[in-house]
Amino acid sequence: MAKLIELKGITKSYDGQKVIDSMDLYIRDGEFITLLGPSGCGKTTTLRIIGGFETADEGKLYFDGAEISDVPAYKRNVNTVFQKYALFPHLNVYENIAFPLRLKKVAEDDIKKRVGEMLKMVALLGFENKSVSTLSGGQQQRVAIARALISHPKVLLLDEPLGALDLKLRKDMQNELKTIQQAIGITFIYVTHDQEEALSMSDTVVVMADGEIQQIGTPTDIYNEPKNAFVADFIGESNIIDGIMLEDRRVKFSQHIFDCVDGGFGKGEAVDVVVRPEDVDVVAPEAGMLTGQVTAVTFKGVHYEIIVDIKGFKWMIQSTDFVAEGAIIGLYIEPDAIHIMKKSKYSGKFGDYSSFSDEMDRLSDADSAEEF
Amino acid sequence: MKKRHSFMRSIAAAPHIFWSVLFIILPLLIVLYYAFTDASGAFSFENILSLTEYAPIFALSLELSIIATAICLVIGYPLAYIIAKAKPERQKLYIMLLMLPMWTNLLIRTYSIMAILDDGGILNTLLGTTMHIVGTKGAVIFGMVYDFLPYMVLPIYTCVSKIDKNMWEAASDLGCSPVKVMTKVILPLSMSGIISGVTMVLVPSISTFYISQKLGGGTFELIGDTIERQFVTGALNVGAAISLVMMILILLSLSVMNKFTDSDEGGIIV
Repeated sequence: MAKLIELKGITKSYDGQKVIDSMDLYIRDGEFITLLGPSGCGKTTTLRIIGGFETADEGKLYFDGAEISDVPAYKRNVNTVFQKYALFPHLNVYENIAFPLRLKKVAEDDIKKRVGEMLKMVALLGFENKSVSTLSGGQQQRVAIARALISHPKVLLLDEPLGALDLKLRKDMQNELKTIQQAIGITFIYVTHDQEEALSMSDTVVVMADGEIQQIGTPTDIYNEPKNAFVADFIGESNIIDGIMLEDRRVKFSQHIFDCVDGGFGKGEAVDVVVRPEDVDVVAPEAGMLTGQVTAVTFKGVHYEIIVDIKGFKWMIQSTDFVAEGAIIGLYIEPDAIHIMKKSKYSGKFGDYSSFSDEMDRLSDADSAEEF
Repeated sequence: MKKRHSFMRSIAAAPHIFWSVLFIILPLLIVLYYAFTDASGAFSFENILSLTEYAPIFALSLELSIIATAICLVIGYPLAYIIAKAKPERQKLYIMLLMLPMWTNLLIRTYSIMAILDDGGILNTLLGTTMHIVGTKGAVIFGMVYDFLPYMVLPIYTCVSKIDKNMWEAASDLGCSPVKVMTKVILPLSMSGIISGVTMVLVPSISTFYISQKLGGGTFELIGDTIERQFVTGALNVGAAISLVMMILILLSLSVMNKFTDSDEGGIIV
């Protein structure tokens, strides 16, 4: 697939604070790419620069090979689905969707036909004459998508479009968006702070933090081979432990020597070791590679979330078997469940579950909804 | 439960209803009574029929107030828009500056304008000219615009500042040039503010009598002056009849204007 959009050395600051720091990224024609990161990581700003609502302080933006850094939004062949839909309240559903065509003075017959097709695609036939303020959030979202797609843009930008919907509806819309993207075959650039959403919809995920790209890859790459502690922690749950690489495929952590599948590190190099909670087997204490005491157990439906204290470091383990709080258990870890990462500036900041609680999780979620 | 609810509601509404009856409904009925009776208190159409002689005054009042309202709109919309788009802390300052002249009494303001524009006034003295301004239609219109401009700016400002900021971006995203963003999206969305502003300037302009007396220099009479004259000279019945007809005309023009706003957008209904 050819490069459709290319960002070269894009830098943007607000009030002296760097929001995006010298970012390089290319986006291929027809792919579903997601910019994923916590609040304030620069993902929305990146999207707004591509959309033409912000101009970068430095760097260049290319579209289809031509530089468009200074082209205003209304001349770009890129349309946006806004976080809060931004439907025009003075127009009904039909006129909202027809709006871009009316600007281009498309013939009335043609408008009618194309709006009809769009309404069918987003399953809103029969809603033509409704006022947009009477629609539910999900319906408004569909109108916004139809309006953004009707003038056949080459790229659709989506800024946390499902953020305001409830969980069930969000899942449905995720599938629907993916289906629409595959049906019309254009590029979708999607911004979200929801890692599950990013993994389930995207062809490519760009993980961002502090105005920098941390990792670019397919969802499976990002999940299985996180590049640093930030990515490992942000995508799914991870136990991240300090380790020492003894030699290729042998690592020591928690005072035990493990076999692993990674190599290429220096002998005795300090590394970050990632073990996903679902990759740990709970066994009898005498059969375990590590032993520890269970400090908390939470029932999550499909599994139990177990916090285990191992030599002062709290691990999270997901298991379908119940373990009682206070019990001493053994942990067994397969070599391919151990992922070794180089030390980074994020080392030591993530991956310890000693202060973990569901409440904290929810608090930080609410926080990231406040994205500018 | 339901009954109790509506009972509580009528209790809560009672002061307002009392107030409305005493100061709105009752005065209207009094106007109605005087308009359809003669000096002796007998029923009569004579007052209404005699109004034809005031038609030219009606027309002049309408002409001047429409011109003043149009000027207020042309100045007021951009002003309101600029204020609404300024930084929040600046907005407060601008609104205060706009309201500042209104802290001074209308009569004093009008007198000041007279002192400035008069034949031997400040302006002519400063410029060393002998312009004759007071006593022209222009002076009256100037007075109306000066006195009533804030009433145009405030509702438009309120309306524009409530428009979702995404509207500008959404419009330009969908292909609107900056001019089209205004004409296709922002102006239609500020229509309820415009209607309110027009109403709030047009109504007092039509019925003003003080501005026209002072700045008109006694050379012409507006309908407000006529009404005032009737009451001062004790011709209550004719005065009431003119007031009634004007009220009906204003209500008619308002209902026409309200047609231009969406019913759920809620333009002001006086």
